[in-house]
Amino acid sequence: MKMEAIDKSKLLRHTPNEIKERSALTINPAKTCQPIGAMYAALGIRGCLPHSHGSQGCCAYHRSALTRHYKEPVMAATSSFTEGSSVFGGQANLLQAIDNIFTIYNPDLIAVHTTCLSETIGDDIPQIVNKAAAEGKIPKGKRVIHTNTPSYVGSHVTGFANMVKSMVDYFSTSTGKRKQQINIIPGWVEPSDMEEIKRLTGLMGIKSVMFPDTSKVLNGPLNGKFIMFPDGGVTVEELESTGDSIGTIAMGLWASEAAAKALDTKCKVPYAILDLPIGLKATDRFIDAMRIMTGVSVPEAIEIERGQMLDIITDMHQYFYNKRVGLVGDPDQLIALSEFLVSIDMWPVYVVTGTPGKAFEKRIMEITAGSPYEVKVKAAGDMFLFHQWIKEEPVDLLIGNTYLKYISRDEDIPLIRHGFPILDRVGHSYFPTVGYKGGIRLLEKILTAILDREDRDSEITNFELVM
Amino acid sequence: MEAINILEERKKSIFEKGKENHELSCDKVSLAGSVSQRACVFCGSRVVLYPIADAIHLVHGPIGCAAYTWDIRGALSSGPELHRLSFSTDLSETDIIYGGEKKLEAALDELIDEYKPKAAFVYSTCIVGIIGDDVESVCKKVSQKKGIPVIPVHSEGFKGTKKDGYKAACHALFKLTDREPAQGISKCSINILGEFNIGGEAWIIKDYYKRIGVEVVSVMTGDGRVDEIGRSHGAALNVVQCSGSMTYLAKLMEEKYGIPYIRVSYFGIEDMSAALYDVAAFFKDNLKIMDKTKTLVREEINKIYPALLEMRKDLTGKKAALYVGGTFKAFSLIKALRHLGMDVVLVGTQTGSPEDYKLLKELCDEGTIILDDANPLELSKYIIEKGADLFIGGVKERPIAYKLGLGFCDHNHERKIPLAGYSGMLNFAKEVYDTVMSPVWKLTPRMEKNGR
Ligand code: SF4
Ligand code: SF4
Repeated sequence: MKMEAIDKSKLLRHTPNEIKERSALTINPAKTCQPIGAMYAALGIRGCLPHSHGSQGCCAYHRSALTRHYKEPVMAATSSFTEGSSVFGGQANLLQAIDNIFTIYNPDLIAVHTTCLSETIGDDIPQIVNKAAAEGKIPKGKRVIHTNTPSYVGSHVTGFANMVKSMVDYFSTSTGKRKQQINIIPGWVEPSDMEEIKRLTGLMGIKSVMFPDTSKVLNGPLNGKFIMFPDGGVTVEELESTGDSIGTIAMGLWASEAAAKALDTKCKVPYAILDLPIGLKATDRFIDAMRIMTGVSVPEAIEIERGQMLDIITDMHQYFYNKRVGLVGDPDQLIALSEFLVSIDMWPVYVVTGTPGKAFEKRIMEITAGSPYEVKVKAAGDMFLFHQWIKEEPVDLLIGNTYLKYISRDEDIPLIRHGFPILDRVGHSYFPTVGYKGGIRLLEKILTAILDREDRDSEITNFELVM
Repeated sequence: MEAINILEERKKSIFEKGKENHELSCDKVSLAGSVSQRACVFCGSRVVLYPIADAIHLVHGPIGCAAYTWDIRGALSSGPELHRLSFSTDLSETDIIYGGEKKLEAALDELIDEYKPKAAFVYSTCIVGIIGDDVESVCKKVSQKKGIPVIPVHSEGFKGTKKDGYKAACHALFKLTDREPAQGISKCSINILGEFNIGGEAWIIKDYYKRIGVEVVSVMTGDGRVDEIGRSHGAALNVVQCSGSMTYLAKLMEEKYGIPYIRVSYFGIEDMSAALYDVAAFFKDNLKIMDKTKTLVREEINKIYPALLEMRKDLTGKKAALYVGGTFKAFSLIKALRHLGMDVVLVGTQTGSPEDYKLLKELCDEGTIILDDANPLELSKYIIEKGADLFIGGVKERPIAYKLGLGFCDHNHERKIPLAGYSGMLNFAKEVYDTVMSPVWKLTPRMEKNGR
C-alpha cells in the first residue's frame, strides 16, 4: 500500500491523481451488462415474465439491482444452469423452465434473454422455443419471445435495445391498413418519463403505442397485495398493431434505433430518430415531430408548459453562467442533458459513458463546440478516470447515478442523481425529467443544488435572503 | 390473493409443522424456471473474501458480475478501502474468442504496480470456466513476478450454489495461512471465522474477547488483513460463526494445524453468551477467563435488558416471517424473536442442509411453515395466510413485504447497523420495534381490513 497517498478522510483514497494508461482494467464501471437492460424492457410488456437463460446468479443480481433502483418487486425467472448444462447446452433447462413458468406463474408471455454463459455455449433459443411449442409446453394463446444479450458486447443499453427490437421482430405485423396512430419508442427512461410522454401525446390528441412501457409496473401503488403482473405495460395486441402505424418516433440512437429500423424494414413504417426529449430544444423537436407526423396542431396547454419552463430559465439564468458540469451515464441521456446544459449556459466539461461507441464522443464534442473550457469525453470509460479528471480540475456540479456519491463526497461537489442506478433516493419513479414539466423539475434540481451550495458557502456578510 | 399453484416438485420443499411429516428436500439447485431468490457461487465467494481490505479483488469476466457487486455490502475497514473499488477485466468479444489470459495478466500487473497490495484474489466468473482460461497459471506467474500471493478463486456461477462459493473462498483463504511467523501468540488465542464486520460487528465481538482475556489473532474476514491471516495458524482455537460459510476452512485448519473449532453465533443474548462461555470453557486452565466472562455477560445483559423488556410489552404476540441465507442464522433469529415475545410463523432459507432442517423443525412451533428456496408467490401466500406483522429478509424481499403492508428488517449483508453482540441485540430489537409498531401500517389495506 502506498501509505503516503492515503488520506483517511477520503472514501476514494486509493484513486491516484496521476492518470496512467490502462490497457486491461476497468475500475468503477460506468455501465453494466446487457441482460439487465433486456429485463427492464421486458417488464414493460403487459403480463410478461422476463427469463434469464443462464445460471441463477446473473438473474439474482439483475433483479436485485432493479429492485434497489425502483424499490418495487422485480420478477424474473432463470434457467438455473448447472455444470451439466454448461457441457451439454441449456436446452433441457429452458424446456423445463418454460413448462414450469406457465404452470406456476402463468404469465401471458415469457421474454427470454441470454447471458454470457448461454451465449458462449451457443444455445439456439428460437430452436428450443420451437421444440417447447412442439412438445405442447406453451399453452394456447401464450407466447415466448427472445433476444440475444451477450454481455461482452456493448452494455446494459445494448441489451435494452435488443429486447425492444425483438418486440418488433416477434409482434409487429402489417395488415395493409394504416391505423391513425404513431409508435413511440421511449428509450431507456424511467416509468415516470414514459407516463409523461403518454400525457403529452394525449394532450396533442394523438393515439400512440409506446413500447416498452414500464409505468404502473415499476412505480405501482401499494394495495396490500403482491401482484406478480401489475396492470401496466404495452399489450401484445398493441405491439402487433405497431406495423400499421403511420410512423415511429424513436428516442435515443443507442436504445431505440434498432427497433425503429426493424419496424421500417419489416412493415414499412417510417421513423424519425430524436434525442430524448430532455430540455427545451429536444422537447420542441419531439412535439414538432409529432405535429408533422400526424398533422395535428399543438394545443395551448402545451404552449403554456413550454412558456413556464422558459420563464424559470430566464428568471434564474444568472445562476447558470459558465458553470462546469461533470456527467456520467448512458449515451442517449448524456447527449440530451449536455444539449440542455449548453442551452442554459452551463458547460459539460467531463462526459463519460461506459457504453462503447465513438459516435458518442463526436456528438458530445459537437454539442459543446462553443465551450469556454476544455471538454473531455469518453465512451467505454469508467468512473475512476472521470474522478481523476476532476482531481486535475474540479467542476461545480455532478450529474449521474448513485455511484457518483463517492466522488461527490470526497471532492465536495453537489450531485444530482440521474440515470441508472439510483440506489439511495426516491423520486425518479414518479417525477419525470422529459418534456417541459420534466425540464422544470430538472431546473429545480439544478438550481437547488447550486443555491444550497451558495447558501452553505457564503460569508455571513453575504448571506442572501432573496435569490 | 388468488390461489397459487405449488408445483409437485416444490411441495417437497415446503413443510408445515404439525401437519406433514416428510423430509424437506433441499441442497439442490433451484428448479429451472423458478423466480428463485438465490444467488450463485461467485456471489458466495465474493461475500466471504471481499472484506479483506488490503487485497485486490479482481473479477475476471464481463462487466456485469463486477458491477453488481461493487460496494453493495456494508463490511467496514479501519484502514485501507481497496475492497470498495470495483476491478474488472471487462471481457469483450475478442477476449471471449481468443481467451482472456493476456488481459488478466495485464490487469493484475497494472493493479499490483499501482497499489502494492498484500495479496490479490482473482474471481473466475461463469464465462471463464467456458472459454477455458488457465487462471491458475496466470496467477502463479504474476505471483512469482510480483512476490505476493495471487490467488485464483474458482467461483464460476454455474458450478453449484452459493455454498460452493463459500467453499471456494475457504480454499483461497487457506492458501494465505501459515505465511507469517506465529511467534508471540498467547496460549489463549482464537481466530474469528465467518464474521464480516458488517456495520462494525467484528469490532464489537473482538472487544468482548479482549475483555475476557482472549487474544484474537485474525478475523476472517471482517476488517481482515492478509498478514493477520498469515499468522492465523498460530491460534489455539477457531471460533466459527454461521455454519454455512466457514466451517469448511475450520476443518481444513484442524487437519493441517491441529486447531480445534467450535461453532457459535453472535446474534441474540443466549447465543452471544454461549459464544463467550464456550470459548472460556475451552481455555479452562485459565480460570480468570471464565470469571471475566461471567462479569462481562452480566454487565452487558444488564445494560440492555430493561429496554428489551419495555419493547417486549408491545411486541408480544406479533408474528414474524423469516427468509434468510442460512439455517444457522434462522436459529438465532427465532430465539431472539422469542425473547421479544414474537411468534415465528414462517422460516425460509436459501441454503439449508438436511440436518439443518431437522433441527429447524424441532425448534419451531406447531403450524410454522418451513420453506427451502422459496419463490415470491409462496412467500406472499404464507405471509398473508399466517398474518405476519414482520418480514426479515434481503433486498428482493423488502418491496414484497411493503406491498403487503408489513414491517421489514434487513438481516442480510446489506444492513448498515451492527446486529451482533449485546448492543447489536438492542439495535435489532429497536429495528423490529420501530418497523412493527410504525403507524404507517395503519394506513395500509391489510391493517384496515384487520381493524387494527
Ligand atoms: S455469470 Fe456466473 S458468476 Fe457471474 S453473476 Fe452470473 S452466475 Fe454468477
Ligand atoms: S456479465 Fe454476463 S455473467 Fe456477469 S452478470 Fe452479466 S450476464 Fe451474468
